[in-house]
Amino acid sequence: MDNKAVLEYQNPVLTFSGNIDKFNVPGLIADYQKLKILRLERIDLQDVEQIDSAGVAFLDKLMLEFSDFKPQFIHANESVRNTINTFSSLQLPVAEKLKTDNFFIQIGGGIYKFFETSASALYLVADIFYWAFVGLINKKGQRKGSVIQQGVLIGVDALGIICLLSFILGLILALQSAAQLRQFGANIFVADLMAISMVTEMGPILTAIILAGRSGSAIASEIATMQVTEEIDALKMMAINPIRYVVVPKFHAITICIPLLVTASTLIGIFGGLIIAVTYLDLSAVVFFNRVFEVLTLKDVLVGLGKSFFFAWVIVIIGSYYGFHVKGGAEGVGKVTTQSVVASIFWVIILDAISSLIFYF
Amino acid sequence: MKKTPIISVKNLVAKYGEKIILEDVNVDIYPHEVTVILGGSGCGKTTLLKNILRLFQPYSGQVEIFGQEVTQMDEPEFNSILSRIGMLFQNGALLNSISIFENVSIPLEQHTKLSAEIMEKIIRVKLNLVNLGNAENLFPSELSGGMKKRAALARAIALDPDILFCDEPSAGLDPLTSASLDELILKLKNLLKMTIVIVTHELASIHRIADRIIFLDNGKVLFTGTLKEAKKTQIPEVETFFRVGKF
Ligand SMILES: Nc1ncnc2c1ncn2[C@@H]1O[C@H](COP(=O)(O)OP(=O)(O)OP(=O)(O)O)[C@@H](O)[C@H]1O
Ligand SMILES: [Mg+2]
Repeated sequence: MDNKAVLEYQNPVLTFSGNIDKFNVPGLIADYQKLKILRLERIDLQDVEQIDSAGVAFLDKLMLEFSDFKPQFIHANESVRNTINTFSSLQLPVAEKLKTDNFFIQIGGGIYKFFETSASALYLVADIFYWAFVGLINKKGQRKGSVIQQGVLIGVDALGIICLLSFILGLILALQSAAQLRQFGANIFVADLMAISMVTEMGPILTAIILAGRSGSAIASEIATMQVTEEIDALKMMAINPIRYVVVPKFHAITICIPLLVTASTLIGIFGGLIIAVTYLDLSAVVFFNRVFEVLTLKDVLVGLGKSFFFAWVIVIIGSYYGFHVKGGAEGVGKVTTQSVVASIFWVIILDAISSLIFYF
Repeated sequence: MKKTPIISVKNLVAKYGEKIILEDVNVDIYPHEVTVILGGSGCGKTTLLKNILRLFQPYSGQVEIFGQEVTQMDEPEFNSILSRIGMLFQNGALLNSISIFENVSIPLEQHTKLSAEIMEKIIRVKLNLVNLGNAENLFPSELSGGMKKRAALARAIALDPDILFCDEPSAGLDPLTSASLDELILKLKNLLKMTIVIVTHELASIHRIADRIIFLDNGKVLFTGTLKEAKKTQIPEVETFFRVGKF
């Protein structure tokens, strides 16, 4: 380009010419570093045609570096002077630095925050159970048909994927163990294995994890969005309890859906096992099912279904907790959604471990 | 004639975490008047409204509405006060999962036992008042920003509240719509004897509708008084605003 900028130094005057703009500033800085400037009292801008905010930032840097000599601009034409006044950063207020607390304050703050979080989570749990119970009798403050609508979203729409995955899981489980069992001629035990593992463990946990991913995230992001867009405030303003309006229908719907989904998952998983048993282990379907009903106890069935209710409630509670505690705008919504899925899967597995300890240890 | 205030805020302090947003705010809102709350962006106007309505719990101080102290009131009692107040939120805050018609119907369903037929009539009238008669079956996501605001206003006046709060009703509206909104607000005040509290920055609209001005600056009340007093005051910030319409 022909409008290159040039820098000349003659103690104590620095002379610019050309355009001091964002394209020329890097070159100017390189030139400037080659110069050995000891004193700077005046900056001559007579031959400067144009300057932009990058140029002004460079001049600001010079002014700061040589502030001892209080450099002055000379011969600047009016438009250059105006640009300098507009874009100069020298008079800007300095933003307050965020204080970082010392180590002990941080630890104390962390502990305090943990208790605060736990307390508000417990309040939420109490609130949800209270209103879920009230909502059984009194539907005021809920939208008509919202439980059914949520039931479709949480249950019906998830049925396909849950069945498909359970079937595949059943096939895999049976196939993996069949290879071992065959070596000992213990083919029939594949029925025991499928029955017990699907009913007490795989059915409930697979369903819960899929629900956490599908519905837990949906709950968290829906509530968080409502919080961010002031919809929750608007509900409160209309004297509608947000928990009643938003959370309770989901709570009821998931409570109805989860035993059905778990049952479907379990049956289909066992069916997957049956296919392997018949095709690979030469068992007949009748023998397989006889064995299945023989080994299963009522306790297994009840434990499997029973814990799935707790999984469901954990998913709703965690989704709501993160949703209501969203910070910031759209970005916050994404963040709490992820956090809620991770947290609900975590707590589902912890609960599962606890129930195994209680019932099978 | 000395009026008694319908809302009276005393020594209100509001904080987000450690940050003080409102510092010892004292304001009175008088019945059947349009009170305009003014102040630069971020000075705490929305926060003041939300603290009055307990959408945030005030850090300290008292709020009296209809002569009753509300900050410590229990929920059912406060809800009955809320049923006499409408609020237009800064972003509309329509419920996104339901249509405009249903949005306006919520307060009616919540607080009255009217028949569906009567409710329908009321909803249609309110939507027509804000010129949204033909949009009732649309969902909030299908509306423009200005239409959302107007739909939210229809919802706020669904129950013919005694007090109406509007947080920047005309921001984002074209001057014509904004002027017709002013007319609507005057109509609500004159015909229905509503008390109206508005946050707005538009000088033209302030001249048209305001009876009283509350000027906030940095979390403090800089000025309160009638519009006439506001125009004559010597307080530099207020004087500048009324001269050039900027902060
Ligand atoms: N949820 C929040 N968490 C933390 N700080 C907040 C929150 N909401 C608002 N603030 C802070 O409170 C201050 C006042 O906000 P407020 O929304 O009341 O301003 P405003 O006067 O309504 O401004 P505007 O005219 O832009 O709407 C701002 O400085 C903002 O940073
Ligand atoms: Mg605001």
